[in-house]
Amino acid sequence: MSVGLVLVSHSAKLAEGVAEVAAQMAPDVTIVPAGGLPDGGIGTDYDSVVAAVQRADSGSGVVLLYDLGSAQMTAELAVESLADPEAVVVADAPLVEGTVAAAVAAQNGADRGGVLEAAAAAGAPPELGSAAPEAVTESVDLALTNEVGLHARPAAVLARGLAGIEAEVSVRLGDQEADARSVLALMALGARKGDRIQVRASGPQAGEALRAVQELVEDNFGEPA
Amino acid sequence: MGCTPEAVANALRDAAAVIAEHRVELINLDRAIGDGDHGENMHRGFQAIVAALDTAVPETPGAVLKVAATSLISKVGGAAGPLYGTAFLRAATAVSNQPELGAAEVVAALRAGLEGVQARGKAVEGDKTMVDALLPAVAAAEKAGGGDVAAVLTAAAEGAAAGAESTVDLVARKGRASYLGRRSAGHLDPGARSTALLLGALAKAAR
Repeated sequence: MSVGLVLVSHSAKLAEGVAEVAAQMAPDVTIVPAGGLPDGGIGTDYDSVVAAVQRADSGSGVVLLYDLGSAQMTAELAVESLADPEAVVVADAPLVEGTVAAAVAAQNGADRGGVLEAAAAAGAPPELGSAAPEAVTESVDLALTNEVGLHARPAAVLARGLAGIEAEVSVRLGDQEADARSVLALMALGARKGDRIQVRASGPQAGEALRAVQELVEDNFGEPA
Repeated sequence: MGCTPEAVANALRDAAAVIAEHRVELINLDRAIGDGDHGENMHRGFQAIVAALDTAVPETPGAVLKVAATSLISKVGGAAGPLYGTAFLRAATAVSNQPELGAAEVVAALRAGLEGVQARGKAVEGDKTMVDALLPAVAAAEKAGGGDVAAVLTAAAEGAAAGAESTVDLVARKGRASYLGRRSAGHLDPGARSTALLLGALAKAAR
């Protein structure tokens, strides 16, 4: 089972909304919103957070993300109270970007450390480089034909499609290049329907990686035709 | 003589009464520079402590402090819950299972509470938080450590009151008030004020 996520927010709606966005990209990850007070008011509730952590833990550990101020304190206090605080960590990351990155990492089978790292890295601006052309062993040019381009869900589908394939893969649009395993970097490219992207891969399974991406693009990332 | 569990419980009941009296004042202070929930949160938390102690007063002062901690953590939704909860939890740990508390234990509990608040909230002196009341309170308590419990707590209360007043001129660097930047200056920090109120109530109960 994958690492679970708990979203600690002052608002029930905010926590639920972020969970909803992340779940679209990581359908198999348990994401438990823990927002607001039991009476519906604004605030963070320690008992709800503890209960959410228990629900999110399937044995692979839990990563908590928080919105502001006291949400961090409540999250940390909840972690300290657990029988095995080692299995649960609080990520220092922006709530929306961090949750999306963490959820996709968990969906791809990352362990607790990997999920935490993905969340923390989401705090930095996505690495869009005008990268050097060397060391690319193979590449393919593809036209995006799906309605929304490399928007959130397709970006997640692409990143997920590369799970387990041993290759460095990047996606270029114009002179910008994104790590194909980073949903946030892919989204930051802003590739739309009709854009031509270049997919580059190097490493032992570069060919498989390119074929996987090509299939997804040709399949419109699973969007209904 | 030291403080029995019953004496600690009564001091907390007095503190709950003082918080109830100042509930509106704390709400107004927090409305000026925060989200306005401090008075209500503190009141709810201390009423929960009273309710828990009315069910049963535990057998050691440390266990009484722990009841206070868990009530605050569970019932206070703002930053005050985790911060005061951690303070009481650390204070409880500091006094362990001593049957009664003397001046030295009270000083140790105050010091542990301060350290807990700082660890939890990462605030330092001058950030315009409850730390600005707690730091001078603990310093004064340590200076008065040779006296009895009442002397220690009275010194702590005086230190906290002066420290709370000093927050008026400060620009907030932690918590919701920090989003206001310079506009936070000119207002008493609600957390520092509630700390001063609590220590004042505990000191009065000890005298």
